[in-house]
Amino acid sequence: MRVGLFVTCLVDLMRPSIGFAALKLLENAGCEVVVPDTQTCCGQPAWNSGDKPGAEALAKKTIAEFEGFDYVVVPSGSCGDHIRTEYLGMFATEPEWRDRATAMAARTYELTDFLVSVLKVEAVPGNYTGSVTYHDSCTGLRSLGIKAQPRALLAKVKGVELKEMNGCEECCGFGGTFSVKFGDVSAAIAERKCDFIHSSGAKAVAGGDLGCLLNIEGKLRRMGDETTRVLHVAEILAGEV
Amino acid sequence: MEIKSMRFKANASASLANVVLQGNLKNAKGKFVTKRAEALRDLDDFEGTRDAAKAIRNKVIDNLDLWLERFERKALDTGAHVLWAKDGAEVCRLVTEIARKHGVKKVTKSKSMLSEEAGLNQALEAAGIQPVETDLGEYILQVDNNEPPSHIIAPAVHKSLDDVADLFHKVHGTPRKTEIPALTREAREVLRGHFMTAEMGLSGGNFLVAETGSVALVTNEGNGRMVTTMPKVHVVITGIEKVIPTLEDLSTLMRLLPRSATGQSISNYFSILTGVKKPEEHDGPEHLYFVLVDSGRADVVGGDFHEMLRCIRCGACMNHCPVYQTIGGHAYGWVYPGPMGSVLTPLYAGIENSIDLPHAATLCNQCGVVCPVGIPLPELLRKLREKQTDAGLRPLTERIGLRLWAWVAQQPTLYALGARFGVRYLKWLAGKSDRISLLPMAPEWTRGREFPAPQGKTFREMYAARRAAQ
Repeated sequence: MRVGLFVTCLVDLMRPSIGFAALKLLENAGCEVVVPDTQTCCGQPAWNSGDKPGAEALAKKTIAEFEGFDYVVVPSGSCGDHIRTEYLGMFATEPEWRDRATAMAARTYELTDFLVSVLKVEAVPGNYTGSVTYHDSCTGLRSLGIKAQPRALLAKVKGVELKEMNGCEECCGFGGTFSVKFGDVSAAIAERKCDFIHSSGAKAVAGGDLGCLLNIEGKLRRMGDETTRVLHVAEILAGEV
Repeated sequence: MEIKSMRFKANASASLANVVLQGNLKNAKGKFVTKRAEALRDLDDFEGTRDAAKAIRNKVIDNLDLWLERFERKALDTGAHVLWAKDGAEVCRLVTEIARKHGVKKVTKSKSMLSEEAGLNQALEAAGIQPVETDLGEYILQVDNNEPPSHIIAPAVHKSLDDVADLFHKVHGTPRKTEIPALTREAREVLRGHFMTAEMGLSGGNFLVAETGSVALVTNEGNGRMVTTMPKVHVVITGIEKVIPTLEDLSTLMRLLPRSATGQSISNYFSILTGVKKPEEHDGPEHLYFVLVDSGRADVVGGDFHEMLRCIRCGACMNHCPVYQTIGGHAYGWVYPGPMGSVLTPLYAGIENSIDLPHAATLCNQCGVVCPVGIPLPELLRKLREKQTDAGLRPLTERIGLRLWAWVAQQPTLYALGARFGVRYLKWLAGKSDRISLLPMAPEWTRGREFPAPQGKTFREMYAARRAAQ
């Protein structure tokens, strides 16, 4: 099974360890993983900011790069959904691209969903010890139904004690460009999320989207919390912590 | 109503700094969300009911002219008058004319957001007619120097018990009361006199039923009944999109509206009002007028934002919106706050008057999930962003920045170079620390939180190095 790994622009830039963790998880499950080296960004920031031409150009570029694979895997619910859902709506007047987008959408999965639903993995290499609370990122949760998958996988890591927080499904306030357009509101929403995390008593918070994790970590540290670890679920599952 | 949506950002900051408001918002948030969730648990098939509700609303808005004509014919048969207003100014003119014709000096009002859109109270006052708000929340706001509502179904939700206690003490000149029942009784006693003396009652309309020519009213305080049955004249003001085909449809929508709005399986009062008082009847108005208002709605029909016309004004989207929960309704600057307001304000009050609103959302889609008529609010907000960009309404630096970024992202080699440089710059900013406390290119981020430092190299350069080593 040939899998194209789309690491996402944020992981490429900020936290390559998530990309390597995803790679390890997929290879460990027996996939032949290829990381096309021309990949950049799926175009979501352009699409959500109202730049349709920019978003369409990046969609076409991404589709062309990942067409040869059996599956495309993304360690992010929001980028994964952008490819799975939003690409389909972009090409109403370009039937050729609409067909290619449809084919790509059908083969594209968020990482934990792929591991559980397609690969049906029995075990993961991770060996993390400690309590973890899980933040459900909005798009993955509400658009792709990512909820049980990361929890099922975390349950396979022996030392992980999952401590659910109240409000685990509430938005962390990131919202892409929202976080820099309305920084004060965004940070205030993040503070609520951090309060939920603290109330859970967990020593670490995990999630599936780096944008949310940067927002949460940034707020925790500004609030003076120097100890709560903020981890991508792939890092825990792969033992790349 | 005056549009203050251009000041959204400043308003939002002021809301965040307002300690009392923050406390009140925290209090309200939990109640709305929990009660709705509990009420919907009783419904055996939420998704199925929602699909049915959506289909009913689509049926109407896809052939709005047809259903409006049917409603008009039936309403005329019941002895009502049907008037059409193209905008707020026409609403004010028509209602003032009706009042003058019947020699009205005082008008009691139950809640109507369209009256807020039109600025009707100010127009009536200017014409020497006294408008009296009788919904408790609206009454509180009216006696507090005509403060605008901050929520479509709980207009005074931003106020605390203490705020109202102080206010009533001041405006009623009575000893300060601190118990809710005592405050409510005090308002009731004041309002009772107005109910008895008003010559005209003015209400909104939750639904207009084409089959019978009726208006359906969903209320909780009983004031709606007083307003619509006691005075000799009853005026219904509502948007043209509020029509539905049948009473059967009404029952479907009513399974969702109170549950979504207040978490009630049925509101305390639910009235279906049809026609004028008949000779053998004891109460009801002698004259009934429908003022059906366009105010931008007809322009929405058939366009990119057509689905917004399904809205039944339950307020669930704002109750569940992380942004609304954090800043409250006033920050949005016009009649409708929250996600539905961020779509409606640009459509009805001008896209150029509300530049920030479509962007004032994290696109978390909690609004879309709870909407009882399945309006894809995040998608509509995104389309508005696109419209703004196409019309050149976004700041030039933002537009150039986005285009430049999108162009660079299409050139993998250039992008890789830029990413390598960017990562090193960020790493340099962080120094030995694991975080950046002031991001020069995005100071908005670091005002309220840290920016975690990058690991130091891009994934792609590390991956290439690893491949080369193998």
